[in-house]
Amino acid sequence: MSDNDGQQFDRLPATAAERTVEGRASREEVIDYFEDRFGIPPETFADYTFWEKGAGKIWIYAGEASTPLGIEAIGMTCLRTRQEHWKPTTDFVQRFGQFATDCVIELEREQARAFAAGEDQNLEWWDGDWGYLIAAHELAGDLEPLGIGLYVHGELRSMVPKGRQRDI
Amino acid sequence: MEPLERYRPIIDDFEAFLAACERPLGNTVRVNTIKGSVERTLEALADDGIAYEQADWNPRVVRLETDSPGSTWTSFHGLTHGQEEVSAVPPVVLDPQPGERVWDSCAAPGGKATQLAALMDDRGTVVANDNNLGRISALRFNAERLGATSLAVTNADARTYSLKRFPFDEFDRALVDAPCSCEGTIRKNPDALDNWNEGHISSVSGIQKGILRRAVQATREGGTVVYSTCTFAPEENEAVVQHTLDNESCRVVDFDLGLEHSPGLSEWDGETFDDALERAARIYPHQNDTGGFFLAKLEVTAE
Repeated sequence: MSDNDGQQFDRLPATAAERTVEGRASREEVIDYFEDRFGIPPETFADYTFWEKGAGKIWIYAGEASTPLGIEAIGMTCLRTRQEHWKPTTDFVQRFGQFATDCVIELEREQARAFAAGEDQNLEWWDGDWGYLIAAHELAGDLEPLGIGLYVHGELRSMVPKGRQRDI
Repeated sequence: MEPLERYRPIIDDFEAFLAACERPLGNTVRVNTIKGSVERTLEALADDGIAYEQADWNPRVVRLETDSPGSTWTSFHGLTHGQEEVSAVPPVVLDPQPGERVWDSCAAPGGKATQLAALMDDRGTVVANDNNLGRISALRFNAERLGATSLAVTNADARTYSLKRFPFDEFDRALVDAPCSCEGTIRKNPDALDNWNEGHISSVSGIQKGILRRAVQATREGGTVVYSTCTFAPEENEAVVQHTLDNESCRVVDFDLGLEHSPGLSEWDGETFDDALERAARIYPHQNDTGGFFLAKLEVTAE
């Protein structure tokens, strides 16, 4: 097993058995995670590839590329691995969260506003799983994902990155 | 406004042109169809009490009546992106198709690159390049906010661009939205003409020629290259295309444009241009109440 080179994009191995870099997640594990945690159907990702650049930072990409690749970015960051609890990104959740059926917490408009502004809030009525949840609210007649939140001890902490927070 | 006097002989109704340049621009956004339909986005705007008007030439371009277009739900969700109306024209003229390989040679901050991805249903490869590392972060931020998964972002000089890093050796289409003297952005940046001088125009046109030539070389035979600037200076527009026609295998082709415009020039300051340059488009601020713009569409031909 070799070490991860944080300066280049490496395509994830299809399965753990094909892993050549220590600690690297496999494509199968990433897709399983999105299905197990959020109920996102695996076929959602049929036309996408997954890559690691930086320690544990996973990127999802729809275009053509060969591995390894030393450029600035491909597609978008979607998941942080190499830590106990994997953490999806807010941008990924806004892009693919509409396919989720589990661990989606639906917020009222004022709660959504606080979430978008990066505020933590007490939401003790939630009786689902703790951990990372997809926060969503109703927009023009459909549920629209806002971003990723961390739910612990009756509190939903907004994980919307500072640069993405807005006072709406 | 004094530098613009040199265009008095080539612009119809020059006083209306000057008057338009004095007026500030309104807020325009592009609906990002990677994240949602035009219909739903308009419904979300209406639910928020934001008045809007769709552009006649493109239903995805929407004028908003709000002072803070960045603090709306549609912006937070990446359903809309602040983009000047004329700046949404070049990707439409390039007309990329799903699955293609497309190069945006000067892509930051990414409004047009993400529009290319949207026009391709976010399928295919949009190589979004910029030589300015500082501006790459804005490009990456916008790409992720708008959910464009088909973008590959590179940081290189477009004039000597290498495709070696990719598993293909030519593009189907290329957009050269070149760095320029930005005269046409005067309504958005009132100080756009403060440092205007002919020396700058001359040096930037050299860069533009280098980038456009590289774009033609990097595009397959039969492929399309669109050249655009947000300036009026013929030295940066017709003269750059003429130089490329003289040195590379390509021709200027017609295109439809739903906006009022004037044809490209056939001569300027003693230099004459190929008749085909009349197929290029000059968009002046008083014609559609927008910023100023220049566009030419090229087809790559056999050597």
